[in-house]
Amino acid sequence: MRRKWRKHDVSMAGYLYIAPWLAGFFLLTVWPMIQSAYFSFTDYSLLESARWVGLRNFKQIFTDDASFVHSLKATLLFVVLSVPLKLAAALLIAIVLNKKLRGMHFYRAVIYFPSLIGASVAVAILWNNVFGINGLVNQLLSLFHVEGQNWIGTPSTALGTLIVLAVWQFGSSMVIFLAGLKQIPGEFYEAAAVDGAGRARTFFQVTLPLLSPIILFNLVLQTIGSFQMFTQAFIITKGGPVESTYMYALMLFDKAFAHFQMGYASALAWILLLIIAVVTALIFATSRAWVHYETEGR
Amino acid sequence: MRAAGRSPLVSHLLLLILCAIMLYPVLWWFGAVFKPLDELSSASLIPQHPTLKNFTEGWNAITNYSFGVFFGNTIALAASVVVVSLASCSLVAYGFARMNFPLKNFWFSIVLLTLMLPNQVTIVPQYILFDSFRWIDTYLPFIVPHALAGGIGGSFFVFLLVQFIRGIPKELDEAAKMDGCGSFKIYARIIVPLLVPALVTVSIFCFLWNWDDFFGHMIFIQSIGKFTVGQALKLFVDSQSAAPWGQLFAMSLLSILPGTILFFFTQRFLVEGIATTGLKG
Repeated sequence: MRRKWRKHDVSMAGYLYIAPWLAGFFLLTVWPMIQSAYFSFTDYSLLESARWVGLRNFKQIFTDDASFVHSLKATLLFVVLSVPLKLAAALLIAIVLNKKLRGMHFYRAVIYFPSLIGASVAVAILWNNVFGINGLVNQLLSLFHVEGQNWIGTPSTALGTLIVLAVWQFGSSMVIFLAGLKQIPGEFYEAAAVDGAGRARTFFQVTLPLLSPIILFNLVLQTIGSFQMFTQAFIITKGGPVESTYMYALMLFDKAFAHFQMGYASALAWILLLIIAVVTALIFATSRAWVHYETEGR
Repeated sequence: MRAAGRSPLVSHLLLLILCAIMLYPVLWWFGAVFKPLDELSSASLIPQHPTLKNFTEGWNAITNYSFGVFFGNTIALAASVVVVSLASCSLVAYGFARMNFPLKNFWFSIVLLTLMLPNQVTIVPQYILFDSFRWIDTYLPFIVPHALAGGIGGSFFVFLLVQFIRGIPKELDEAAKMDGCGSFKIYARIIVPLLVPALVTVSIFCFLWNWDDFFGHMIFIQSIGKFTVGQALKLFVDSQSAAPWGQLFAMSLLSILPGTILFFFTQRFLVEGIATTGLKG
């Protein structure tokens, strides 16, 4: 009898501890999501109350909004180009660093440093100058007698400057890869060496499969993050030129907080959520083919 | 252990070149803040005629407010968010890691799910909600969500702390229970002291991410007197027709200084922290 009481007591206490999170979850996540879903079917300017318009917002987004098309294209391009490049750089450098080298901590700190500062307005301002017409990149090019150009002001290269900035921040993924590499038991490499596998074969047949769960983790994390890129596009390119870098979060911000089209912005937000969910689901679906879990015992 | 084909010297050389390339823009930036305007378009790292003018003029470049105000604001905002996050996230994490209650696993999987939820989906209704509370143009839209173990990184911190608490031997709890400690006493006397390293990691990330939460600051903070450094920099860029790059660089550099200093004092520990929590899940 007493035991039962204690058990009951404990279960209630557990809820007391997670109460702050529960309250926040319902008040600041669930309720806003329900509201956002409702607003997406309304015309809502904050000044007047929301007016039900059915599917009009969605219809307009998909059939009569050139900015949406540009934005979706820029965002997808950014994600598809920056994420693989970033992960490839992270993996490559992690492998180089995964040795008993002197000064490992120094290298790791230096390579991580851009990830630390990269999201700031400060670095965006730096980038704005570095890729500007009189910027560092053109100065360096002129040393090799290469004609520079206005990288940020040209539609074909503007997105590239943002991708370079994103890839420059490969350090955080690298750190996670590095920790994963350290967990691969040495016996695997010894066995590969005994079998006479070269460096390339060892990489493709030992390192890559054993690291695949971590590749998946990084891939999902970076993909979701990249879809939401805002600060850099807002400061460096302002979405231009001709909306070639009009990232999704930027468009959403404009619609909601510059034009106060809260209903339209909510519809855009839900479309973004669905896109991210579909892409993440696709990644997980394909992961069955390429992620190797040790417990499966291949 | 790996194929001994490459000597450490080659690795060092490769890495040093890589570090140099990666740090070049940053090193150039460090030099540029001491350069007079006519030297700024040079790729050289070292200023020919060093000057402090960029700092003295940049500091007061925005009418009526010095950058001291903006630094004060950002520090106040980030510090209060850190304090409430530490309290809320450690309590919640303790609940998940040590207590038994119905639906615990369900709720914990929801925590992990919110980790992936883009905040764009909730930002519009949150704005409307906070507006109805008259919280726009205050720091409450940042402090209150963090006090409820949410906000920027909230679910990540809960997850990180749960992983850490799971690593603390349960025997310690049992022994304290024998001595008649209740669950809160165990949390306060046993878990929290042992959790300090993880709490430091949480503090630093919480501080840095809130320092850089430009999207949030833009939406919720409106009067210049309450601006954060990031907003002030953006205002500085917009207020001048021809950007005074030297001053902009100087103020920008100052704005990343707090985070950079924090990072270099704690980097070993911090980078280790990211790595393990990224994995142990």
